[in-house]
Amino acid sequence: MIASADTTQQEQPEHAITTEKLNLWYGTFQAMFDIDLKIKNGIITSMIGPSGCGKSTFLRSVNRINERLGYVRIDGSINVFDHNIYDPAVELVQVRKQIGMVFQRPNPLPVSIRDNVLFGHRLHNKGNEAAKKNQDEIVEESLRQVLLWDQVKDKLNHKATELSLEEQQKLCIARLLPVKPRVLLMDEPCSALDPKGTAAVEELIWELRGKYTILIVTHNMAQARRASDECIFMLMGKVVEHSATEDLFVTPKNKQTADYIEGRYG
Amino acid sequence: MFIESALNVKNQKVQGLFKALFMMMTILLVLPVLIILGTLIYKGGSVISLDFLFSDPTNGMTAGGIFPALVGTVWLVALALMISVPLGVAAAIYLSEYAGDNWFTRFINLAIINLAGVPSIVHALFGVGAFVIFFGFGTSILAASLTLAIMTLPIVIVATRESLQAVPMAFREACWNMGATRWQTIRRIVLPNSISGILTGVILEVSRTTGETAPIMFTGAAFFLPFLPQGVFDQTMAMSLHLFVVSTQVPGVPEALPYGVALVLIAMVLIMNSISIAFRMYLRGQKKW
Repeated sequence: MIASADTTQQEQPEHAITTEKLNLWYGTFQAMFDIDLKIKNGIITSMIGPSGCGKSTFLRSVNRINERLGYVRIDGSINVFDHNIYDPAVELVQVRKQIGMVFQRPNPLPVSIRDNVLFGHRLHNKGNEAAKKNQDEIVEESLRQVLLWDQVKDKLNHKATELSLEEQQKLCIARLLPVKPRVLLMDEPCSALDPKGTAAVEELIWELRGKYTILIVTHNMAQARRASDECIFMLMGKVVEHSATEDLFVTPKNKQTADYIEGRYG
Repeated sequence: MFIESALNVKNQKVQGLFKALFMMMTILLVLPVLIILGTLIYKGGSVISLDFLFSDPTNGMTAGGIFPALVGTVWLVALALMISVPLGVAAAIYLSEYAGDNWFTRFINLAIINLAGVPSIVHALFGVGAFVIFFGFGTSILAASLTLAIMTLPIVIVATRESLQAVPMAFREACWNMGATRWQTIRRIVLPNSISGILTGVILEVSRTTGETAPIMFTGAAFFLPFLPQGVFDQTMAMSLHLFVVSTQVPGVPEALPYGVALVLIAMVLIMNSISIAFRMYLRGQKKW
């Protein structure tokens, strides 16, 4: 079960996320139709498609953040590392721990940079004295991983909201790392950033490649092309094409994909 | 090229007119408050002294001080707050953070709005029926405070719910995505960032509770008591009722006395408000997003 996954050195199956006949409705509106996907472990997969095609909905189903909208109904299965996350025995907190999410707008908590990084760590190590001792290491290691340490090491007690948007977004990624997720979901992580910030965050995502399975939704086709190994094109709630990024952009098999990447609609 | 046209002139005039109109309305609003305060200080200021605050009424309430009423009001307000703040905040947290949007919550919201619209004399009669007679508390501070608490509950609930909902959803999502439960999210992020709004509700409630007369008249406040309450089952004097009594029920009261009582009552509310506002500003200075 997912519940015990963090205690053992995990098995490394070929696919991190697999879905079977996944359908999703918001009320009576169906947002996803029979999604069958196999997303490979340890690489970066991007999802592209016009607004409303269901790519964000898919992302939000993978860590079950969709559920707080009471009117969402799901049919089919999503397996993460071969465990069905919609199984009634699954503990939601463990799902969220293993599957971190980065949002469109950076959403640092209104506390210090240090407290942001340690927020999840503290939640999951309550009353554990040993965990308290290496807090400084965790902060440094997490911030180093997101290439932010040098900029912020002297102001760890400043409010996170004082940082630039780019730095905030990096911080939002950094604070997921101490709880040791295996999958990182990113919902248009660069759309609120300027070109320089976008480049920096993309560099960071590339840096994290191999350590985590990364699924990134983007509007920016150039970004999908630059910063992903595989690419999924969705349209009207259906998966149209899923292949290596290079192939999808150079030799799309489907006409709709070709039209979209050439900018005929979107 | 950049010279004003006839239309510009006309628009500017209309614009000036409306600005003046709105400003006048604002001044009109503030004016009554200033006049009331001014009159009270002018007519009642002379009776205010430490002796007035800290001694009992004498000579059939035509002389002496207001100490029992002052203490009684503090009892009533404090107990009412102790009841309604936890209850109201808890209800608001449930409605804002846990409850889904369904017919049940819509029904509760409707009930809260209606509760806010019930006249205070109706609350008083309810208080008599429920707390004085049914629960057998008799006419007591407890019964009066419960009545006040129920009457002011909607203020706390609505203010709290609104300040909870003002906390950006992004903060909650951030917490949930690190595996925080709803309660951990509320405790660590939502409440600390909405506390100033909750306090606003409490301030409003204090002011309202201090001044209310009808709900306590039949449930716990006494016309005249020569001693201080010893517990929540005692009756007590109260500032608001005392003001009513000395201004209408007792013959031969010197003119300055009721004004003095009113002045103290208003001063109590203002002081309590100022303290909470200062506290709120301090809390607000702590947060930034």
